[in-house]
Amino acid sequence: MKKTPNITKKQIQHIANLANIPITQTEQKKLQTAFEETLNTIAELQSVDISNVEPTHQVTGLTNILREDIVNIDNMFTQKQALANAKQTHNGYFVVPRIIEEK
Amino acid sequence: MHNTLTLKQAISKLKNKELTHKDLYQAVSDSVQGKNKKLNVYLTVSKNPEKQAEELLDTPLAGVPIAVKDNFCTLNLRTTASSTVLDNFIPQFESTVITKLKKAGGVVYGKTNMDAWAHGSSTETSQYGRTLNPRNIDHLPGGSSGGSAAAVAADMCIAALGTETAGSIRQPAAWCGVVGLKPTYGRCSRYGVVAMASSTDSPGPITKTVEDAAILLNHIAGPDKYDATTGPHGVPDFTQYIGKGVKGLKIGYIYKDLKGLEAVTKIFEKEMKVFEKLGATVTVVDAMNPRYGISVYTIVQRGEVSSNLGRYDGIRYGNDRSHFGDEAKRRIMLGTYTLSKGYADQYYNTAQKVRTLYIKNYEELFKTYDVLIAPTSPGFAKKIGATQGAAMFGELEDLLLEASSLSGLPGISIPCYQDPKTNLFLGMNIIAPMWREDLVIQVADAYEQATNWNTWRTKEKAKK
Repeated sequence: MKKTPNITKKQIQHIANLANIPITQTEQKKLQTAFEETLNTIAELQSVDISNVEPTHQVTGLTNILREDIVNIDNMFTQKQALANAKQTHNGYFVVPRIIEEK
Repeated sequence: MHNTLTLKQAISKLKNKELTHKDLYQAVSDSVQGKNKKLNVYLTVSKNPEKQAEELLDTPLAGVPIAVKDNFCTLNLRTTASSTVLDNFIPQFESTVITKLKKAGGVVYGKTNMDAWAHGSSTETSQYGRTLNPRNIDHLPGGSSGGSAAAVAADMCIAALGTETAGSIRQPAAWCGVVGLKPTYGRCSRYGVVAMASSTDSPGPITKTVEDAAILLNHIAGPDKYDATTGPHGVPDFTQYIGKGVKGLKIGYIYKDLKGLEAVTKIFEKEMKVFEKLGATVTVVDAMNPRYGISVYTIVQRGEVSSNLGRYDGIRYGNDRSHFGDEAKRRIMLGTYTLSKGYADQYYNTAQKVRTLYIKNYEELFKTYDVLIAPTSPGFAKKIGATQGAAMFGELEDLLLEASSLSGLPGISIPCYQDPKTNLFLGMNIIAPMWREDLVIQVADAYEQATNWNTWRTKEKAKK
């Protein structure tokens, strides 16, 4: 049986960065403990015989559910509606944080 | 007083002019005013909900007040999913289930508290405080649809809506002593429901009686062009299975010898005898051990959560990602890890294969049995604060439900015992093959009518 990998604080920080979640030092430690607890539990699956078993990604068995691509005005936002919940807008646009640094 | 009416009674009294909307809404409002501060059931209450109700008398639901879990997007009514990320979110569109509810004449009375993002089985992860169990305020209502279950138990509404991914309708229904029906995956549209685990999320009714659940399901079920995972299956009138009895049905009693369940089993096996008296055959039968369901669910759910919650950037709506609570952070990050390169096969793909084993096991059992029955939860409602430091709290409490949810099966939890000392309930979980809600309704109703565990049915009987 494979052993549960130990999770380092560095890894926790890396995952937090990937998920774009800001975490504090205290949280980092708490998350490390929680990760270990959870990974230890789910390691149990390694004892189940799954050879020759197909994975299930969805349970309905439905395939190719299509509909006509018709414009439905009733189900469209106006520009005003689309922007209604945005904290910051400019000339009818969403304002997003800068992600490319100027040199 | 009118707030204690069942859905069936309220509709019938309104239609027969024995009750006015004004009196009904006054009674519900009094109940909410008196209890909400203490129980923390509603996060938002609609403004003047009775105003629109009067015009709905000729609709099937006649304008009755319905409590709605706060993860259904409701047009122009704040929707938070109990997270401060969405503290100021006013949806510009309506979820399909709510569109259908309103079309049938249901009124959204208010939005109920839940575990934040539906992550949990206690309401303790809500960023707006926990809800208390109306049956005993030292205890939790369960979750994630804990606010909706508590609203029903405390008669702060006539009926309610919840959502379930693996236990989130049935477990709080069991803990609060009410009825919770989790429909087949794909029976009710997910469009406009704040997404948690997309491959298992299922909206459904939480009600006072089984018949009420059948009535409500009639109006929220059906295919939706905005959710491609809804099945093209027709929706029968589910109320026709009320009063049918269980004569000749074959019932499989599962998890009877499961370790750790001994105390519950002692009470539960007596209740299973009710079905024999009603003319069904009950056979104790082995099912695949539910414990692997915990791991499968944890992996699948965390994975889907990490993807679904990626959309919250605080740009188009809501607040930024620093507002996520501890539980959401933990789940998003665990999903990010298990889906990352090098680990996806070990975790996610393995989980999806074990999921197949559960589905095959159920298929095999349903060749012989019409329905399978087990307790809903491994015990009574836990005390407040029980989730402290327990990273797997929800998964362990939902042990008996996860496998069937992952398989997409319909199930119902109904009250089957009340502890005279604590006032707390145990629930009975009845499951059937995909698309066979008719069977779970039929069997649950037969038990409910034959026993005295349902608060509202017992009151009804006493009057007669």
